[in-house]
Amino acid sequence: METPEQIRDRLLARFPGAEITVVPNPGTDAQHSLLLGAAHARALAEFLRDDATLRLDQCSNVTGIDWPEKEIVETTKVATPDPANPAGPPKVVEQKTKRLQLGCLEVVYHLYSISLRHGPVILRLRTGNRTDQAAVPSLTPVWRSCEFQEREVFDLFGVTFHGHPDLRRILMWDEFADHPMRRDYVEPDDYEWEPTPHGTVLEKAKAHYPAPPPAAVAPAKGATP
Amino acid sequence: MSVSDLSAPAAGSPGSRVRAVHDSFHGDLLEVSMGPHHPSTHGVFRMIVTLDGETIVKLKPVFGYLHRNHEKLGENVTYLGSMPYTDRLDYLSSMTNNWAYALAVEKLAGQAVPERAEYVRVILAELTRLLNHTCLAGFLMQDCGCSGTPLMYAFREREYILDLFESLSGSRMMCNYQRFGGCRVDPSADWLAGAQKLTDRYGVFLDEFETLLTGNEIIMARTQGVGKLPPALAIGAGVTGPMLRASGVNYDLRKVDAYGVYPRFDFRVPLGDHGDVYDRYMIRVLEMRESIKILQQALAGLPGGPIMDPKAKLRSFRPKAGEAYGRIEGPKGEIGFYLLSDGSPNPYRYRIRPPSFINLTILEDMCLGHTVADAVIILGSVDIVLGEVDR
Repeated sequence: METPEQIRDRLLARFPGAEITVVPNPGTDAQHSLLLGAAHARALAEFLRDDATLRLDQCSNVTGIDWPEKEIVETTKVATPDPANPAGPPKVVEQKTKRLQLGCLEVVYHLYSISLRHGPVILRLRTGNRTDQAAVPSLTPVWRSCEFQEREVFDLFGVTFHGHPDLRRILMWDEFADHPMRRDYVEPDDYEWEPTPHGTVLEKAKAHYPAPPPAAVAPAKGATP
Repeated sequence: MSVSDLSAPAAGSPGSRVRAVHDSFHGDLLEVSMGPHHPSTHGVFRMIVTLDGETIVKLKPVFGYLHRNHEKLGENVTYLGSMPYTDRLDYLSSMTNNWAYALAVEKLAGQAVPERAEYVRVILAELTRLLNHTCLAGFLMQDCGCSGTPLMYAFREREYILDLFESLSGSRMMCNYQRFGGCRVDPSADWLAGAQKLTDRYGVFLDEFETLLTGNEIIMARTQGVGKLPPALAIGAGVTGPMLRASGVNYDLRKVDAYGVYPRFDFRVPLGDHGDVYDRYMIRVLEMRESIKILQQALAGLPGGPIMDPKAKLRSFRPKAGEAYGRIEGPKGEIGFYLLSDGSPNPYRYRIRPPSFINLTILEDMCLGHTVADAVIILGSVDIVLGEVDR
C-alpha cells in the first residue's frame, strides 16, 4: 500500500487547493496519519473510497481526542559574549519562553480496504477551537459506519458534525448538558441533583448549595410565633 | 404520503417523531418502545419501532442504559489497570477482549510475545469463539421460540468451557488473563489434557446440536429470507465478523492481518450466500467446526518455553509517546483498541472499537418491511452484548 506521503501527493495533485498534512506518529508502530482541512474533507474522503488503487471501502473506527489549551515552556540556550571578558568563552544563558498552544478537538478515522485487504489509512480532522468552532464536516455520507460513532463523538466530546443525518446524543441521555470525555470535565456531585446526606457528596454539595440565610429557615414545629 | 417517506428522518427532526397518516389507505402508525427490559433484547437494549399494521416502517435503536464511560475509566488508570475492565465489555468473550487490548499495547510499546504465549492465546481465543457461537445459537433459537432446549444444550457446553477458564485464570467469566508480553499463568499439563478432551468431544456435541436445529423445517421456514443484508451495505456500514461473512464477504482478520500464530494453522473461512438470519446461524456453526480444527493443531503444536517475555514490564510501565491501533477477530467481529500515549503511566486516549455496537448501525435497514417477531430474531442474529454496546 502507498505511504501517507504518497497518498498526500496524489490527493494534492487531484485537489490542488486542499490542506493535507502528514502527522507523524513517534511511536514504535509509526503509522502516520493525514490531517485534512475541513473545506475539502468530504471530497477527499470520497476520493479515497472510490480510488482504484486505494478502495478504502470501510471506515472501521471513529474516535475523538481532546487537546485542551496548553502552556508550553521552551528552554533555549543562548550564547552571548561575556562582557567582562570579551575574548574568553561566551556566556551561555538559558532563556525560557512561554507560548500558549491553542486547544482543539480532533476526530480520528481508521480506514481499511476490504476488497483489497490493506490498511489502515488514518485520517484526522480538527476543529477550530473547543468552544464556538467545535465543528467538522461529517463523513457519514461517505461511510455509513460513521453514523453511530460520530454521534458518540458528538455526545462525549461535543464535536458537531455538519451534514450528519441524525445528530443526537447516543450514550448519555438527551437532557445531559456536558461532554464527559473532555479532559476538563467535572462530574456533577450527584446525577439526580439531590445531594445525599453523607460523606464526600455532602461536602461537595455544601459548596454548591450554601445553606439558606437564617431568616428563611422555617420555625420549628410547635413553636409559637 | 408513502411508507418510504416515513423511514427517512426529516432534516432537523429529533429522529423519532412520526406523523400519523389519516386517509382511506393507511391506518394510524403505531410507535412501540421495545425494551429496555424486554427479554428478547439480550440486556438493556431498546428499539423505538414504528409499525404500519404489523410491518416495521422505522426502527431507531436507543443505547446507553449500561453506559459507564469505560473509556474515561481507562484514561484514569494505568495501562495494566484497564485489563480487568476489558473483561466487562463483552462478558461472554473476555479472553479475546484481553487479547485485543494486550495486542494494542504490545504494538504501542514494541513488546515481543513468546511463542508459547501466542499458542495459548490462540487456544483460549478459539475456546471463546466456541463458547460465544454456541450461546448465540442457543439464544437465537430461544428468540425464534424454541423455548429452552437448544439454549440449555448450549449452556451445558458453555459451562465445560467456563470450567476450563476458571481452573486456568481463577474466574469463569472475568478472566483478566492476558498480559503485555505474554499470559499471566502457564497452563498445566492437566489443563491442556482437559482442553484436548473438550476439543475432541465438541464435534460430537455440534453434530447433536445440528441434528436438532440445522435441517429443522420450522427453523428454516422461520429464518430463511429474513433480515437480508447485502454485501455492499455491510462493508459500507462497518459490519465485521460472522455477520459480514454471512453476507458473502471474505474478510477474516485471522487471515488478513495474520496476527499471532494464525498463519501456521490450516483453516477455512466459511461464507454465506444470502446474508439472512439462517446464514448467520449457519456461519457460526461452520466457524465452530473450523475453531475445532485450529484447536487440534494448536494443542498438538504447543511449544515449551516461557509464557511471559522476560523483558516485559508490568509495574511502572510507560510506553513512549505515540499511538497504535490493534485489532483482532473477536467472536462478534473486529474488536480494536486505539491507544494514544503521551509517555505517562496512563493512556492519554483509550478507545475501544466495539464490534456489536457498530454492527447495529444497519439494524434498521435489515428490519424494514419485516414484522416485530422478525426484528427479534434479526437482533438475535446480530449477536450483541450490551456491556460492549454501551461501554
